[in-house]
Amino acid sequence: MADHITEIVVFTLLFLLVSVMGFVAARWRAPQDMLHLDEWGLGGRSFGGWITWFLVGGDLYTAYTFVAVPALMFGAGAAGFFAVPYTIVIYPLFFLILIRLWSVSHRHGFVTPADFVRSRFDSPTLALLVAITGIVATMPYIALQLVGIEAVLKTMGMTGESLLARHAPIIVAFAILAAYTYQSGLRAPALIAFVKDTLIYIVILVAVIYLPVKLGGWGSIFDAADAKFQASPAPADGLILGPNNQIQYITLALGSALALFLYPHSITGVLASKNRNVIKRNMSALPAYSLLLGLLALLGYAAIAAGVKPLPGAREGTVDSNTVVPLLFDQQFPGWFAGIAFAAIGIGALVPAAIMSIAAANLFTRNVYKEYLRKDATHAQEANVAKITSLVVKVGAVACIIFLDPQFSIDLQLIGGVIILQTAPAVALGLFTRWLHRGGLVAGWVAGMAIGMWMLWNVPNAATGRAHFGGSAFALEKFGFDTPKTIYVGFIAVLVNLLVAVIVTLVLRAMKTPGGTDGTTADDYFADEGDPRLEQERAGQEREART
Amino acid sequence: MAEPETDAAAPEPKRSDRSPWNWLLLVPIVVPLMTPLYNFDAPRVGGFPAFYWIQLLFILLGVATTTVVYRMTKRR
Repeated sequence: MADHITEIVVFTLLFLLVSVMGFVAARWRAPQDMLHLDEWGLGGRSFGGWITWFLVGGDLYTAYTFVAVPALMFGAGAAGFFAVPYTIVIYPLFFLILIRLWSVSHRHGFVTPADFVRSRFDSPTLALLVAITGIVATMPYIALQLVGIEAVLKTMGMTGESLLARHAPIIVAFAILAAYTYQSGLRAPALIAFVKDTLIYIVILVAVIYLPVKLGGWGSIFDAADAKFQASPAPADGLILGPNNQIQYITLALGSALALFLYPHSITGVLASKNRNVIKRNMSALPAYSLLLGLLALLGYAAIAAGVKPLPGAREGTVDSNTVVPLLFDQQFPGWFAGIAFAAIGIGALVPAAIMSIAAANLFTRNVYKEYLRKDATHAQEANVAKITSLVVKVGAVACIIFLDPQFSIDLQLIGGVIILQTAPAVALGLFTRWLHRGGLVAGWVAGMAIGMWMLWNVPNAATGRAHFGGSAFALEKFGFDTPKTIYVGFIAVLVNLLVAVIVTLVLRAMKTPGGTDGTTADDYFADEGDPRLEQERAGQEREART
Repeated sequence: MAEPETDAAAPEPKRSDRSPWNWLLLVPIVVPLMTPLYNFDAPRVGGFPAFYWIQLLFILLGVATTTVVYRMTKRR
């Protein structure tokens, strides 16, 4: 630990700086009344282009991504590069789909995707399913941010013998995070994101220029990686894709993109922007982060060339490949710069963790508390319940990391991606058509969940010697096809989901089962800031409030 | 209300964000997913195998198409 003092000092100073910012954020663009879910949970729906860019960028590209993607490249090669097409494909999808969600939410005051589903399909049950799916998928994602911080702490030698000593820094970090999120809501991560992203950009730009110079150029870095994959006995690794993992690559990139925009935290980030043009312009600007991620992914190869050996994992005989990039920085850079890099990853974990806990809290408040526990809750009560829920969610995430094997969180996150995809027919298709019957959507959700779980259970991992939940690549031969090719589990699950939804819809239509009334109109999907209808309603409410 | 309400009162044409330009957005969705286009080592550019530099170039493709569609469909 002694030889890491400079790193630890720089890391701690930057961490303290953002903590102060987190608390000050409550007064930043301060509203008249913070006790309203629109203010606490969506930053007043007022964020312009720059804030949205930093916020959504800080939200989608998490610390875990920054640590895990290079780790995947380090271990498996080209297959890990799926993160690049994944983060290219997502923006046109946002452009086409989420923009409608923004409009309809703006006009109706929806805070969560489940709010939309409830109104569109007139079904509290379906909304509850969407909300629970969102919460369950988000929880392990928050826990994974802690895995990102832990990889950094481990590299700095901050490990103790006892359970408590080992986790003390994380507990302190999350306690501070919980406190300022409680106080400032979405404004805290929005403000901190400026620091986080600036640090990340500096670190990555320096790394991708400096490291190749030190390691003999990109050409020799790729050659070193190639030599490693040639020598390894695993069939699926390599500098380019093999014949059997291309379908997996494609479906994983597409499936992850679809999953990402259904995650409650992405939707929270988008709904917080002030108008449609802010979102559309950001779809051209956010890919800057994809470039960053692509370059960062290649640091996994730089680590191979530099001869990095990952630190041991939680269990005997395993390695924690997430320590690859932190170790690379530790070995190749002077202490002060490594400290900045570690702070960038550490703070990079706080921003998404805060947004995710806010998103989960919004879901609980709107779709469980207000729907089932207290129908006449006031705005202030809603905001208070959300603030407390955000604390509970964070305590849960810390408990996951302390008491469970971190591998468990990684497994859960894998499952999370598959299950959040099961809300696609209701949320994404629902934005375009009401053709699918609410009963069909519920049945499809159940079927998609069931087959998704079954498939994930049946994915072994030869490298780690596990029989279940070994990854997201499902061998097609298990369906009886005579082929060694693999495919992304979530993709099959959502296809089954859709198929069942269509069949059940046809049956329910034939039986003339009522489909409920649509709470939205076609025009709602194009509403924008300064919408005349909305402005009139607002004026009306203000008049009522005065009298 | 005494203010002239030209915006709200005028019979607005039915709003829509339909535009043939939106089809262009399919390009950056489909192209990056076609592995046969880029799953090669050669030719290398600046030491990067084709697999990597081509996919990094697709980022520019994405930026270009969303920018074009945004400009062409802007409501005015």
